[in-house]
Amino acid sequence: MRPPLQRYRNILDFALSSLLRRKGRNLALISVYTLVVFVIASLVFFVQALKHEAHELLVQAPDMVVQRMVAGRHDPVPLAQVEAIRSIRGVDEVQPRLWGYYYDPVFGGNLTVLATEDAALAPDAIWIGEGVARSMRVKEGDLIPLRGYDGQSTLFSIQKVLPETSELVSSDLVLMAPKDVRALFHFPEGLATDLAIQAGNPRELPTIAAKIVELYPDSRPILKSEILRTYEAVFDWRGGLMVVVLGSAVLSFIIFAWDKATGLSAEERKEIGVLKSLGWESADVLLLKFWEGTVISVTAFLTGVLLAYAHVFFFSASLFEHALKGWSVLFPHFRLSPALDGYQLTVLFFLTVLPYTAATLVPSWRAATVDPDAAMRS
Amino acid sequence: MIQHPGILALLVASGIVSLLLAAAGWQGFRILLGWDLRSGSEVQLDLERRTYLVSTLVANALLIQILSLFLFIFTAEGLHNQFVGAMCAAGSLAVNAYGYPTLLMKVATCLLAGVWLVLHRADTQGYDYPLIRPKYLLLLVLVPLVLTETWLQLSYLTGLKADVMTSCCGSLFGQGRQGFAAELAGLPLWLMQPVFWGTFAALLAAGFLLLRFRRGAGLFAGLSLAYLFVAVAALISFFCLYIYELPTHHCPFCLLKREYGWVGYPLYATLLGGAIAGLGVGALGLFRNRESLAAVLPTLQARLAWSALVLAALFTLIVGLWMILSPLRL
Repeated sequence: MRPPLQRYRNILDFALSSLLRRKGRNLALISVYTLVVFVIASLVFFVQALKHEAHELLVQAPDMVVQRMVAGRHDPVPLAQVEAIRSIRGVDEVQPRLWGYYYDPVFGGNLTVLATEDAALAPDAIWIGEGVARSMRVKEGDLIPLRGYDGQSTLFSIQKVLPETSELVSSDLVLMAPKDVRALFHFPEGLATDLAIQAGNPRELPTIAAKIVELYPDSRPILKSEILRTYEAVFDWRGGLMVVVLGSAVLSFIIFAWDKATGLSAEERKEIGVLKSLGWESADVLLLKFWEGTVISVTAFLTGVLLAYAHVFFFSASLFEHALKGWSVLFPHFRLSPALDGYQLTVLFFLTVLPYTAATLVPSWRAATVDPDAAMRS
Repeated sequence: MIQHPGILALLVASGIVSLLLAAAGWQGFRILLGWDLRSGSEVQLDLERRTYLVSTLVANALLIQILSLFLFIFTAEGLHNQFVGAMCAAGSLAVNAYGYPTLLMKVATCLLAGVWLVLHRADTQGYDYPLIRPKYLLLLVLVPLVLTETWLQLSYLTGLKADVMTSCCGSLFGQGRQGFAAELAGLPLWLMQPVFWGTFAALLAAGFLLLRFRRGAGLFAGLSLAYLFVAVAALISFFCLYIYELPTHHCPFCLLKREYGWVGYPLYATLLGGAIAGLGVGALGLFRNRESLAAVLPTLQARLAWSALVLAALFTLIVGLWMILSPLRL
């Protein structure tokens, strides 16, 4: 082995043994450090996983949704617009959608009622999401009453409960035939809630949107990319907000670390004094302190990250999911799929390890440049 | 400002770097004022001890600065879908007037801090602190630059507002557009290809001259810096086309994406490392007459020159191989 490498190895060796000699103190430091990493890592991972989930979901969303605005409010779209929009160059498909919200007074939640043309749906039957089935305590084959616009209840038989795999999208969903939707909400014929548009080339979407607005100035086209952008901004904002709140925790940890690093015990001072009188230079002691810091940081960082990974992806971030995910009666139960990359880890490293390292620089220099005779005499 | 964890991380990092370097600069200033090697006074001993503090602070700051350069680009990249029209970091950086200046400033401070560390390394090899004055003067240049960079980055990040219309990289680096970045894309293949290979050959020749005859350190440093600029220009002008396999996409940032095997990281790392080593050779060359360094300087210079050459060759090898293996033919 080359001599410089041997020197590093020896100093690392010494750093490890000196850390082990002060087990209690260093364990306290590492556990606080790990806790800080764990909390921030859970947050970063959770936000990233939610963003990933939103992306996955919106892959199936239509490229563009066109709504009609009346007095600044969302209003049904006349079906006559379908043909006109379909004839715009670049538009592949225009699908009028019929949907609405149904408030169920019994369990106090909102259902999303959506019309489907699926031929497998039996007459007077509905398909419901897992969340609806769970809240209403119903199963396939049961009958449920839905109160129409006029206060009259209509009985629907549950033909199918949608599988759990699609729960994030379908948790609060009720699918029924278009004529049933119109009857339930007294939705006029010839109108749709909005129009879903697919385009061949996504780069043409802004042009198509401009043409639609030109054609129907009261319409509001919403692009899928805009929805994605908004989700992204909301999740980032929530994550960033929590990080700012946790900033105080990081700050107190820094003060703790600074304090620990500054308060050299008499024994430690003596030890450094002996090392220096044996021929160690200040640079060697600095290197020793650097390795000690690295060992502590790496241990705490890795443990914190692993714990956070388990917390977020095995236990669905139970500690702060409500703050980040939002809240609803019919909230879907879902397990996040792991979405991690080097960037998240780098951000985490910057937010935790850098402040710790910076806080311990001056104290380690102080320790390294202590006079050997003064140290041993004290 | 967008409350993005990456942005907060960048702010934390630049805050720490500024703090460390400001502290180092203050200590350096004291050392410059009071340094007297012949004196054995308490003050001088204290100052000698403080040189360790300064070098520790600067070494850490440099490391953070280099990491944050990449984090900055990566964050800009990650933010692009919050801006209409931005398709990668090129678009995010153009959202306001501070994006590109911040990036350039980060690169410049990384180079200077690297040269500082080279000087520091040489200084510790001599018994009488031979480079103490130039080293601390350079530090006093570095500190305001880093503070400016911090301010620029703060202005850039706080000025970010989602949904601002920006040009995407396709139009920013596209043909027939005015502006600095667009001019790079416009530099034609027939010009950039000979210039790049010429600069590379000149760098090799200067390296040979330096390693064989111990002459031309300044020339070597100049060519290393020139190679950095020419290589980036060539990367934007034609190398990236081979990597993207698209004859119109001149974007220096998409190279950092997963789709292109993160090839941008080794490319930019070799360029930055090579430039630091090359500039270090030149900086050391200025002090070849110092007595206490006469024995160690040539070895140090040779080692740095070798690193600069190997890194430059590595860059050329990667882009050259890509050029040969790419199905695109220009």
